[in-house]
Amino acid sequence: MRLRFHNPRLTEKIGTIFVTLVALSAVLPILAIVVYIVYQGSPAINWEFVSAMPRNGMHEGGILPAIVGTLYLTVGTAIFSVPVGVAAAIYLSEYAVDNALTRNIRLAIINLAGIPSVVYGLFGLGLFVIFLNFGTSILAASLTLSIMTLPVIISTTEEALRAVPQSFRVVSTSLGATKWQTIRRLVLPQALPGILTGVVLGLERAAGETAPILFTGAAFFLPRLPNSPFDATMALPYHLYVISTQVPGMPIQIQYGTVMVLMMFVLFMNLIVTFIRSRARARRQW
Amino acid sequence: MTGKKLTPKEWMITRSIQFSGFSSIIFVLLILYFLIAQGMPALTEVPLKSLFSVRWYPIESYFGILPLVLGSLVVTIGASIVAVPLGVLTAVYIAEIAPFWAKEILKPMVELLAGLPSVVLGFLGILVVSPFLRDVLHLPTGLTALSGSLLLGLIAVPTIVSISEDALNNVPDTYRHGALALGVTRWQMIWGVVVPAARSGILTAIMLGVGRTIGETMTVMMVTGNAPVMPESFEVLFMPIRTMTATIASEMGEVASGSPHYHVLFFIAVVLFVFTLIVNIVASKISFRKMNRSERILS
Repeated sequence: MRLRFHNPRLTEKIGTIFVTLVALSAVLPILAIVVYIVYQGSPAINWEFVSAMPRNGMHEGGILPAIVGTLYLTVGTAIFSVPVGVAAAIYLSEYAVDNALTRNIRLAIINLAGIPSVVYGLFGLGLFVIFLNFGTSILAASLTLSIMTLPVIISTTEEALRAVPQSFRVVSTSLGATKWQTIRRLVLPQALPGILTGVVLGLERAAGETAPILFTGAAFFLPRLPNSPFDATMALPYHLYVISTQVPGMPIQIQYGTVMVLMMFVLFMNLIVTFIRSRARARRQW
Repeated sequence: MTGKKLTPKEWMITRSIQFSGFSSIIFVLLILYFLIAQGMPALTEVPLKSLFSVRWYPIESYFGILPLVLGSLVVTIGASIVAVPLGVLTAVYIAEIAPFWAKEILKPMVELLAGLPSVVLGFLGILVVSPFLRDVLHLPTGLTALSGSLLLGLIAVPTIVSISEDALNNVPDTYRHGALALGVTRWQMIWGVVVPAARSGILTAIMLGVGRTIGETMTVMMVTGNAPVMPESFEVLFMPIRTMTATIASEMGEVASGSPHYHVLFFIAVVLFVFTLIVNIVASKISFRKMNRSERILS
């Protein structure tokens, strides 16, 4: 049908302009969001804001416990999800054969990726907080976030491992290296940039999540730093939720300042990803 | 594997790698077990007729989940109307039309949107989008299904763009060359050859994007107004509603563990789990079928 238009060149011109405009309209909101937040938030940022405890029912002072809490949660998530996720990806890429079990593992990963974050929260509440009796704690929240992050890390790591040419493995094995030596000395180093990209993207998501930590480890207000993994903690995203919906009369400055800090966190991690990628592309020998 | 005996260290490593490989299955089963164990008591504690009724008012033991299910549906459909055309056309632009430099700018931007915490979008929804919609449309409140749909649409865009773009990039260049050699324009090639060839991948992208919107929590909780009312006509778009996810997130903190209300919230999580399970299985079936077919073509 399409081929019967009278002037295909004109259609192409109009169509291309239209699609370009649509793509722009998908991207402009992102730019607008970043610029708007920086514009509104930067006046609130000063040394006190990022280094002091909240005072006067969070209406004054800083957001240090929330920043530190998010750092703790991110590190905690990394401790659990990176080893398991990378090992699972090694299994899928280097060991697994194409059988029913492997297909089920893949289906499970797809499902983990699709489970709503709030459902992870309920699961964490049921397993870690109540059943294993960790209480609402950094530990329970990190474990919950880890399971949520696993699919991202597994799938990006597997992709990176598979991108390493098969001939590398064949040569290594023919030189007498065992399978593990080949993986450890050859495949993993070659795939490292891709793996790091996946890890950072996964952790970035975990750091910004609110729903999974709502009932597993987030504290509404805690004017001190947590001193053990069994303490609850404040966290930037949850803090933002609290001050923008739960506390009346919150100074708008503090709200925008908190958004700005949270967004800087995310932007910084995105920057790391971009940096790793461009370096890896420049250095790739194959 | 080659008959050589593994050292104890290598044996340990191999075993733990295998165990990690199975971990995803273990976690899915654990999640399913805990949701069902805590959610199924709701079926006996709350009469079925009440559970599937239209009134959600837990304080007086009205646990009708229908308004919540429909609330989720309304927002999801609204978000799809926004996100599907936006996402697919953006993917077409990035994969087929954009010059190299534009790609290099667009892709990180889309990735940034994917990484933006949903609570940030919710925050902007409260402070910017809702007041704007309220003033423009003369509504009593801006916290409506419409603002929820718009923001959720934005959240679904990165998923749809990146998976559709992969699908378009996977179409072999020979298809493009063949089409162009027949004298069609680039535009005709895109819509007559490339997009149809990437159809199943694009469909998967749409399914996964929609799956993400069903499960999205913080944004909808903050901007849809949280009123569990039964949607009756399309005017519901301009009224406050309440989704399943928002209900769990906002009420779980206040209920007593083991009460009927607690079990009903877990039951809602089971419903959500089943919804997303179906979406994901269908999506993966579509893409598995695609793989088989292209293998056949290429062999």
